[in-house]
Amino acid sequence: MIPLLMYIAIFVVAFFLVTKVVQGAGVRDYTSLKTVTFGDESAVRPNRAAGIISILTIFLMWGVFTGSSLLPKFLHAPGPFVGDTTFTYTAQVEGQAPDDATVTVRVFPRETPEDAPEVDPGDGFAKNDAVAIAQWRTGLIRVDANDDLKKADGARVIAINGQKIAPGETVQTENGSVTLSDKGTPNFEPTKGWQMEPLYLPAPEEVWTRTLQIASEGFRNFTLLEHLGYSLFRVVLGFLLGAVVGIPLGYAMGLSNWFRGWFDPIVEFMRPVPPLALIPLVIIWAGIGEAGKIILLFLAALWIMAIAARSGVSGVKISKVHAAYSLGASKWQIMRYVIIPNSLPEIFTGARVAMGVCWGTVVAAELVAAEQGAGMMIMTASKFQNTDIVIMGIILIGVIGFGIDMLMRAAERFLVPWKGKG
Amino acid sequence: MTGLSIDKLSMRFDLPDGGHVQALQDVSLDLKAGELLSVLGPSGCGKTTLLNIVAGFLAPTSGVMTLNGHQITGPDAERGMVFQQGALFEWMSVRENVGFGPSMKGMPKNNKKEIVDHLLDVVGLQDFKEKAVYELSGGMQQRVALARCLANDPDVILMDEPLGALDALTREKMQSLVLKLWKETGKTIILITHSVEEALLLGERLIVMAPRPGRIHKEYRLPFAEAGVNADLREVKKHPEFGPRREEILNMIWDMEEEIMGTKEDAA
Repeated sequence: MIPLLMYIAIFVVAFFLVTKVVQGAGVRDYTSLKTVTFGDESAVRPNRAAGIISILTIFLMWGVFTGSSLLPKFLHAPGPFVGDTTFTYTAQVEGQAPDDATVTVRVFPRETPEDAPEVDPGDGFAKNDAVAIAQWRTGLIRVDANDDLKKADGARVIAINGQKIAPGETVQTENGSVTLSDKGTPNFEPTKGWQMEPLYLPAPEEVWTRTLQIASEGFRNFTLLEHLGYSLFRVVLGFLLGAVVGIPLGYAMGLSNWFRGWFDPIVEFMRPVPPLALIPLVIIWAGIGEAGKIILLFLAALWIMAIAARSGVSGVKISKVHAAYSLGASKWQIMRYVIIPNSLPEIFTGARVAMGVCWGTVVAAELVAAEQGAGMMIMTASKFQNTDIVIMGIILIGVIGFGIDMLMRAAERFLVPWKGKG
Repeated sequence: MTGLSIDKLSMRFDLPDGGHVQALQDVSLDLKAGELLSVLGPSGCGKTTLLNIVAGFLAPTSGVMTLNGHQITGPDAERGMVFQQGALFEWMSVRENVGFGPSMKGMPKNNKKEIVDHLLDVVGLQDFKEKAVYELSGGMQQRVALARCLANDPDVILMDEPLGALDALTREKMQSLVLKLWKETGKTIILITHSVEEALLLGERLIVMAPRPGRIHKEYRLPFAEAGVNADLREVKKHPEFGPRREEILNMIWDMEEEIMGTKEDAA
């Protein structure tokens, strides 16, 4: 809740700061002079400052709530309590005056375990206690263990820091809270603060150093590049096989009644089947090795490419075909000079979709079973609670997926500049 | 014999609901080599069907067509077609579009270049030959389409409302260009149009078609095309016969359109 409010606050403050104060006197191009901009989609352009601030905010919030060393201390969200703290409990035994005793709790960072401090036992039948609890953890404190009159003698804890308490109730103390368990034993929970435990979200610099470490030392017998390379290699090979079979199939379906009739039911049935649903069957048939992965990606790309090629052929304007015939072109020449170039934009769109689907599918397939690969890396890391490796893997998978799409777009601009111009 | 001969052409489309449409009935027409025929008529009178049959894209249900003595059975480079728009190949440059026909024939590069350069000069697009066709304006694209058709040196040029999508000024310029090309090349041209003025200005012969069934309603021989070859088309329009002819044909087509609307209402 607090991170969300903080995020909204940054959004609002940045909006007013940038749009009203900084960019008040901006460019005076045609679009900026439009009086009607609401509802005019062409007048909506991404605000560069907003984009930069947005990315910075994500890293800022990440740092703030993980106590990142990249940020100055005063920006950190309150961290979990570390150090010594005390509370008193009041014990009572039937027929005797209640007696107070002090509990000293030493909360130590998880990486460096410490022993409980030595304390003076004090007087009365209830003796002072000392315990050590790891950061982020809670500790059940058997306060009666060293007392003269124990639980077995009828001793009960009736108050914490002078406040009355019954089993199941909680009393706030300095640097923490004490809850009385059902059996009457105090359970101390040190203040956790607002920061995330590294187990759930490690600080950015930890992810970064882990990335460098994995890049140089490797992970599970393979270097980082090998893991990512294997994933990419599977995607590229599976996609290429799918394209090599799917595009001619799509052309045949676009050009022949028989092919259309024969393959339409198969393609239309297989298209809505998510490739992920095929993973179990492919593993049964081809095992968890490379062959299985390639077959899966081949199937993921095949239908998309076949449908793209088919609609590319169907999309050719009949006047272009007629024009080519009356200019003396043969069937083969019409295929080569009219139908194929006309279908290329559609095929590129299909290829972009197919690459995206293949990338998602390969990661999922590696999550299930693989010797190496980006998906295997994050799955194995999660089993060992190496959250930093998991986050690193997710970021790298995202970066590569984004890179693939950028490359496909660049290739499209370069190879089919006539897209959408027909 | 030279020229295009159409004898008792009929075209009947069967509809999925069991009915049928008689798109053309007993259309007969003889066109001498080098004649320019414009075809007018209300929508649905079968103009485009007629053109598609002559081009060879459709087979008639009955009737025979011959060009220079041999029968027409399918599309061929001897009959070039200029479409309204969108028939250029946008993956090719202007030069490649114009050179498409010669390329398909496997003409040697030098001959092809000569033809393409000459035609680009004629239509005034020499400076644009390396441009992509989608970078050109509508009028320029139609000039490319004309040049592409001429590059193949067809005997007959079929034009399906080639200037229909152009603005009035560009259209007038293109009309002059069509007349100029017709005179210079001596091609036989069939031009389909919706514009009565255009049909009068460009058609040496003009046929008005009537719908249901599609047939030739009336035929004219006109002096305006010949006059327009060397004169400003706006001057031609001042010809004393031009105005009355235009009124006459407009009324004729108007009556047909009204009849169609009337029968539609009856049917309803």
